[in-house]
Order: sequence, then structure tokens, then C-alpha cells
Amino acid sequence: MGAGIRRVIHLLRKELIELRSDPRLFGIVIIAPIIQLTVLGYAATTDVKDIPLLVVDADRSAASRTLISRFEASANFQIVDVVSGGDQVDQHLSHGTAWMAITIPAGFGDRLSSGQGDTVQVIADGTDSNSTGVALGYARSIVAAYGAEKAVELRPAAARAAPIDADIRVWFNPRLESRIFMVPGIVALLLLVVTTNLSAMAIVREREVGTLEQLNVTPLARWELIVGKLLPYALIGMVDVVLVTLVAVFWFEIPFLGSFPLLFLCSAIYLLSTLGLGLFVSTISATQQQASMTATFFFLTPMIYLSGFTFPIENMPGWIQYVTYLIPLRYFLVIVRGIFLKGVGVAVLWPQIAALLAIGLVLIAMATLRSSKRLA
Amino acid sequence: MAAPNEPLAAPGPDPFPGPGRRVVAPDASASGNGVSIAIDVQQLTRRFGEFTAVDRVSFQVKKGEVFGFLGANGAGKSTTIRMLCGLLAPTSGTARVGGVDVATDPEGVKRSIGYMSQKFSLYEALTVDQNIAFFGGVYGLAGERFAARREFVLDMAGLRGREHTVTRTLSGGWRQRLALGCAVLHEPPIVFLDEPTGGVDPVSRRQFWDLIGALAAKGVTVLVTTHYLDEAEHCHRLAIIHRGQMVALGSAHELKGVFNERPILELQTAHAVQAMAALDAMPEVEKTSIFGTSVHAVVRSAAVSPAQIQAALEAQGIVVTGVGVVTPSLEDVFLDVVERTEAQAQGGQAA
Repeated sequence: MGAGIRRVIHLLRKELIELRSDPRLFGIVIIAPIIQLTVLGYAATTDVKDIPLLVVDADRSAASRTLISRFEASANFQIVDVVSGGDQVDQHLSHGTAWMAITIPAGFGDRLSSGQGDTVQVIADGTDSNSTGVALGYARSIVAAYGAEKAVELRPAAARAAPIDADIRVWFNPRLESRIFMVPGIVALLLLVVTTNLSAMAIVREREVGTLEQLNVTPLARWELIVGKLLPYALIGMVDVVLVTLVAVFWFEIPFLGSFPLLFLCSAIYLLSTLGLGLFVSTISATQQQASMTATFFFLTPMIYLSGFTFPIENMPGWIQYVTYLIPLRYFLVIVRGIFLKGVGVAVLWPQIAALLAIGLVLIAMATLRSSKRLA
Repeated sequence: MAAPNEPLAAPGPDPFPGPGRRVVAPDASASGNGVSIAIDVQQLTRRFGEFTAVDRVSFQVKKGEVFGFLGANGAGKSTTIRMLCGLLAPTSGTARVGGVDVATDPEGVKRSIGYMSQKFSLYEALTVDQNIAFFGGVYGLAGERFAARREFVLDMAGLRGREHTVTRTLSGGWRQRLALGCAVLHEPPIVFLDEPTGGVDPVSRRQFWDLIGALAAKGVTVLVTTHYLDEAEHCHRLAIIHRGQMVALGSAHELKGVFNERPILELQTAHAVQAMAALDAMPEVEKTSIFGTSVHAVVRSAAVSPAQIQAALEAQGIVVTGVGVVTPSLEDVFLDVVERTEAQAQGGQAA
């Protein structure tokens, strides 16, 4: 056992020398996560702002101008043009110069003052269904607010007509900024991509170069090889956790309400599964290229889609929801978001922690069994 | 399948065993219960699906012997070595390396062997010293023993003063010697070298063989594969492997004995092509080949004199400026053995 640990230390030292002498690897490990977090932190947003809007004002009345000014005042809309006829709607929506067209019919102001009420037509480009849904919500509320205001002007008593009013408070992310939701998720995502890819390369690289065969004739045991190969990447993963957390907190000003030691511990448990997955890929690949492709296409991409990173798991069909239970990222997303935004601890997160630990141990065991010292 | 070989006139023990025949080294019994036998291989076979890579190979290697494995690429040399190193499980047959059975205790084998594979097997990003330290560490060397072995490897590989050179930048010969050094760091009594001199210049190859000789002089058993027939002359004994089967076994001298009763004549002539055609037509000539500016002819009997052949050619108007008997090279032996094995296989199929 003591001799085994000494062998592991020799392997570890060798790995670190190799890492240090490969500047590209250093870039992948340290620089890339920071750049990705910064870029994604800005880009990965589901907030809908500055929607290009075409206004067709067939009325040209005081009422229509007031309604248009409400759209102008909203940060959500950017008016592209105000025209009188509807013949330009098609062109703007097809070219993407406007996402939405609102048509105020002739006689709008008159009908409003007479208390008849009227209909405003909204045409939207539905190709990006999510954003359009959000944009339509904004448009509907602006029109509804103006309508309600007009109604009160005409009949002040109507203001008291609504019997129920919802008093809304949003916890953890009061301004509903998507960045606050996304950035902790990106931390989890980056850790998965970086460490899985690195460990997928780890053993395959030695197989490709021929040094694995050399190691196989030495007294180095399987567990020693695996521990010695994974430990350096675990260390790198932990360095990445610290780096990206610092960027998230100090650059993006994401609230960090929970315990950092707990995040650190949970990350270590999460790394068991990401490194174990990479190692498993390593054992079923003959070349580094194969390992990288297998990791990316068969594991990482589906995992990211099914993890709840962007699409809520609750909206997926039942059988896919069962598949998501196998995805470590799913649990770690709950953990990072919980620790960052809610400040919750082990009392709340233990089911996720237990699941990660179980998946990690199973993956490492599978990889160890597969990486036989014998070639056949 | 195992067609009996036609009897070959060779001195001493028959160096050309039929496949599957048990082979005992000449003095195995004399040395007492195989104490001096380092490697004992009996009927070793390895199949990959339908393909038989190694087919009932049997041989023994004595302690301190340099044993060469000759064969074309894909003949089964590397597969045999991998089985002997405990890297690949045999399909059938037995192999004992240093007294340990490779099938039942592959890890036990690994403690007593050094192995240098076909591929360059050092870490290129590490310096000379770092490579030595790594392999020393993996083999559990420490303290004074490690320091002494490190000195040994640096001297052996001629890398003194280059301890801090990154291995990637070393030339082929140096790398090869360093790889050998790392493979014998832990002083294994048995060393396997799989095509160790591939892609290395002739001077470095010679230096490398000098190192192998020095190891053997200290009692280390060396099993080495090569397809450079010239360097096979350095081996004490040789086995020729063809299509997974061992088709010849013996010292270079013994193997060359195959030509004792079938001398090779070398004829100098300005009309090589006509000479070959005329020779091929003669019943006493077995086969001919061009060798540089001269023609080589294998004759069917030692009783046929060079002068007789010369006269026969000149009778046909082909001027021969010189004729003599040449010493066969290992290449002659190798090609002859392979041709005869192929011919037998053809005959076996036709029957």
C-alpha cells in the first residue's frame, strides 16, 4: 500500500510536468473557462429587450399617438418605423427588420372616447417561439394598461370593479434577471466540459503514444494508474471552481448567499462523476480524436440539453424525465443554484449530493473494471 | 496440417523443427531441471477470432542468452513477446518466464522482466532525468540504489551532460538507448526488446547491439525481435517465425548449415539475364538470383563443382569471368526457409 502511494505520487508528478509543458493545455484549463464564463455570462440570457417593432397607425389621432408613446417608453421595444398602411408588414417581418407589427385601425380614437372599445392587431414573427411569447406578453400588458387607463377616465367607478389583485413578490432573483439564473449554471457546465474532456484524453493519449503499454509491464496497479491520472485533473477542476466563482461573484455580481466550503465539497463530489465519465470514454476509445468526439456527441451534448440548464425538466415528457435522473449535471445545477442564490445547505441539498456521489462511484468503478492492464 | 519436413542436412540438433514438435535446448537436461532456462515456451498459441497469430510455438532460452526472433512484419513476433510479458493472454499452450507462468500470474512475470516496445515508449515532454526518475519511481527504486542505477543509465545511454534535455529533442539513437536504460532500471534478469532498432541509423544500431551484448555478458537474458537480418548475426540463437509458426531454430551457423549440401555459387558475368535463364534450365541448379553485378545459383548437391557449371555456361556462349562458392548470409537462409515453408504449404493444400 505504501509502495502503491509512492507510485501514485510519481505518476502525479509526471502528469503535472506534462501539463506544465503543454501551453495549449494550460490555455484549455485556465484561460478558456474564464473567457467562456464571461462571454456566456453576457450572451446566455433569456431576457427579451429592444424588440424591433413596426407600428401601422391608420388613425393618426391623439389616442393612437399616446399608445405608440407607451411602446416607445418601454425598454422592451424599439420602434422601427411608424407607417399608415399595412402593406409593409410582410416585408419587415420577412426580412427580420421587425419582429412584431402593431396595427391601430382608423377610427380607434373615436371609438375609444365613445366608450365602445376597440381591437388593436398584433402580428408577431413566431420563429423564435420563446422570445415571441415573452414579447407578446409585454405588448399585451402595455395595451391592457392603456385600455384600463382609458376605462377609468371614462367611468371612474370601474377602477374598483376588480375584486382580486395579486400582490407579487419574487424571491431569490427579485428583478427576474436571467443572468442570475444562468451564470451559476454556466459554472456547472464549464466544469463538466473541461474535466470530462481532459480525463477522456488522459489514458487515451498514453495509449496512442505507446507509453500505456510500457506502464502495463510495470508493477503499477490499476487503481494506482487511475488515481494518479485523475488526481491532477481533479486539482485543475477545483482551481477552475475557484476561478469561475470569483468571476461570477465579482464581475457579474451574482449573489452568493451560501457556504463556499460547501460549494467546494460538492464540486469535488461532482468531479467524481465528470472525471469518471471521461475515464470511461477513455477506456472505450482508441485515439484522442475518438475520445473527444465520443465525449462531446454521445455524452456532453445530450447531457446539457437534458440537464435543466436551459429547458426546464418539468416540461419534458415523462420518459425523458426518467433519463435525466442519470445526468450528474442535473443534480449539480440544483446544488450551485441553491448555494449561490438561495443560500441553502446540506439539509436541503443532501438528495442531490447523494445522487452525485452514487453516480460518480459507479462511473469510476465501471471505468476501472474496463481499463484492464491486459490488452485482451 | 503438420506435414513432416523433408530431412535437411544440418550439423547438430535439427534447427528446422516441424510445427508443433517439442523443442528442447541442447543442454537443457545437462544443466539440471531447467535451472538455467530463463524462458520456456511450449505449444504457445494465440488466436484473434479466426486468425491464428501465433501457432504452437515452442522454444527455450537459456540464462544470459541473446535470443533473436526473426520474421516479416505480421509474422507473430510482437504477439509472442506480448504474451511473454503478460500483456496478452495465450489462447493455449504454456510459457514460463523466470519460472513464472504467464497465463496464471501475469503480474508475477512483470516483476522479473524489462520490456521495450516497438513504439518509442518514453515521455517526450519530460527531460532525460525526469523519465529516469519516473520509471525508477514506478519500479520502487529509491535512495542509493536509485542513484546508482541513474548513473548506470546515463553512462550506458551516453547521456551524461544531457540530463536536463527534453526527451523530444533527442536524436533516435539516444532515445533508443534511454528507452533501453529505463527498461532495465530495475535490473530485470530477463529483457524483451520488440524491434528496438527500428528507424535508427547504422552507427546507433551497432552501439545498441553492443549494449545488448554487455547486458548478456552480465547474465541478463535478452529476447529481441528484428527484421534486420544483418543484426540478427549478433544473437546467440535465432528463431525464424513465418505466419505464426516457428520454422527454424538454431545459431546463425547452424541455420546456415541448410546450404552445406546445396552450395551457393557466385558467377561473375556480363550477361546476367542470359546466365540466369541458362542456369534455371540446368537440372543441377535449384534456383538463381541476381546479387549486385553477379548471379547467385543454389545447386542441388555439393558434388556439383563450380567449374562444371562454368563450363556448361560457356558451352552456351555465356562468358563467365569468375566463379566461387559463397558463404550464405542470414538473408539467404531466411528467404530459403520461407520459400520452402510456402512450397510445403502449397503442396499440403494440393494433396
